[in-house]
Amino acid sequence: MSTSRPADSSAGAPAPHLQHHFTSPAQQFESVVLGMWLFLATEILLFGGLFCAYAVYRANHPEIFEYAHVYLSKSLGAVNTAILLVSSFTMASAVWAAQQSRARLLRIMLALTIACGLGFLGIKYVEYKHKWHEGLLWGKLYRPQHEAAPFSAHHAFEHGQTPPAAPTSAPGDTDVSWVFTPGDTGPRGLLAPGDTTPLVSPEPKVHNVQLFFGVYFALTGLHAVHVLAGLVLLGWTLWRAALGHFSAAYFTPVAMVGLYWHVVDLIWIYLFPLLYLIH
Amino acid sequence: MSPSEPTRPTAAHPVGHHVPLRVLAATLAALLVLTFITVAVTWFSWSDFGRAGNIWIALVIATLKAALVALYFMHLRYDRPFNAVVLISALLFVMLFCALTLMDARAYQPDIQAYRDVDPAHYAPDLQRP
Repeated sequence: MSTSRPADSSAGAPAPHLQHHFTSPAQQFESVVLGMWLFLATEILLFGGLFCAYAVYRANHPEIFEYAHVYLSKSLGAVNTAILLVSSFTMASAVWAAQQSRARLLRIMLALTIACGLGFLGIKYVEYKHKWHEGLLWGKLYRPQHEAAPFSAHHAFEHGQTPPAAPTSAPGDTDVSWVFTPGDTGPRGLLAPGDTTPLVSPEPKVHNVQLFFGVYFALTGLHAVHVLAGLVLLGWTLWRAALGHFSAAYFTPVAMVGLYWHVVDLIWIYLFPLLYLIH
Repeated sequence: MSPSEPTRPTAAHPVGHHVPLRVLAATLAALLVLTFITVAVTWFSWSDFGRAGNIWIALVIATLKAALVALYFMHLRYDRPFNAVVLISALLFVMLFCALTLMDARAYQPDIQAYRDVDPAHYAPDLQRP
């Protein structure tokens, strides 16, 4: 112990968690919080790249976003938002419980936070599964099942024509190779010459919808990975709380996991309206 | 740092700020109300604000919610201001990044259009609807 540190009769022996290069637990805690905020800033910048991609795509192709967002469930998104907000509240309460040395409340609040995180991922799983089955995926995996595929492959199938070979590549702007299979006739490869039957979707179709789902999966996927990491951290914190490691004298891990968890919530607060609430 | 600051947290020198449960609960209530509002505004048309008029309303509400989370759940209101400086600089840099990128996001649209116009049947089959 440094001789420059004044003896304080009310303080007693140094706290066991106080590292020697800090003067006091308060200073040590503030330093850790600052370090955590610096890390959180890099997290915001990481997501910033994807938000920028969103902004560019939406600025250039607003019609894609207006068309494709209807395939996201507003209600599931809203429920997930509420779940994350409640989990943020239980997390903040866990920090408060630790500060009050209320060990049982701390464990309950951490467990509730984990339950909310699992609930969030469960709903996300339902959403992803639905999109997977509907073929609403990114890039070349975008093969919508719910309507006529571009160039009306579905339409041709309904009219008893030979079903098209499974597309080896997605319908893109310039890539039409899968439409023109050998032996096919007609301008589109799948339609007989002179067949002017209206397509299943007669209104002007929106193209390159896979852009939206690429942005959707990149943003929500990276967010889900963060939720998963947060759950692992919360599990570790709960385990340590069960061992009785935390009290008013030392609760830094609870507070830091809390800050991380709140940033995960913060990002979802922006993702929800940007992806689900396009109007 | 006061020289008399103790090496153990005391009532006079607590570690971190204690945000009481009722403040946290009020924050949660406000967040849930704002979530309802941000969903509710999509039931109406805001086309007066442009094609994507809703996005500005949604972003303002989202920023309000983010501020509530940061100020109360993350204790930013009670922290040293430097932590807020870190957060706000990160947000400013993201905005700068997006703004500079958006400035020339359409720079290649004329080239793309010219490319498609060369042979629309081949390069822009999506525009060649029967």
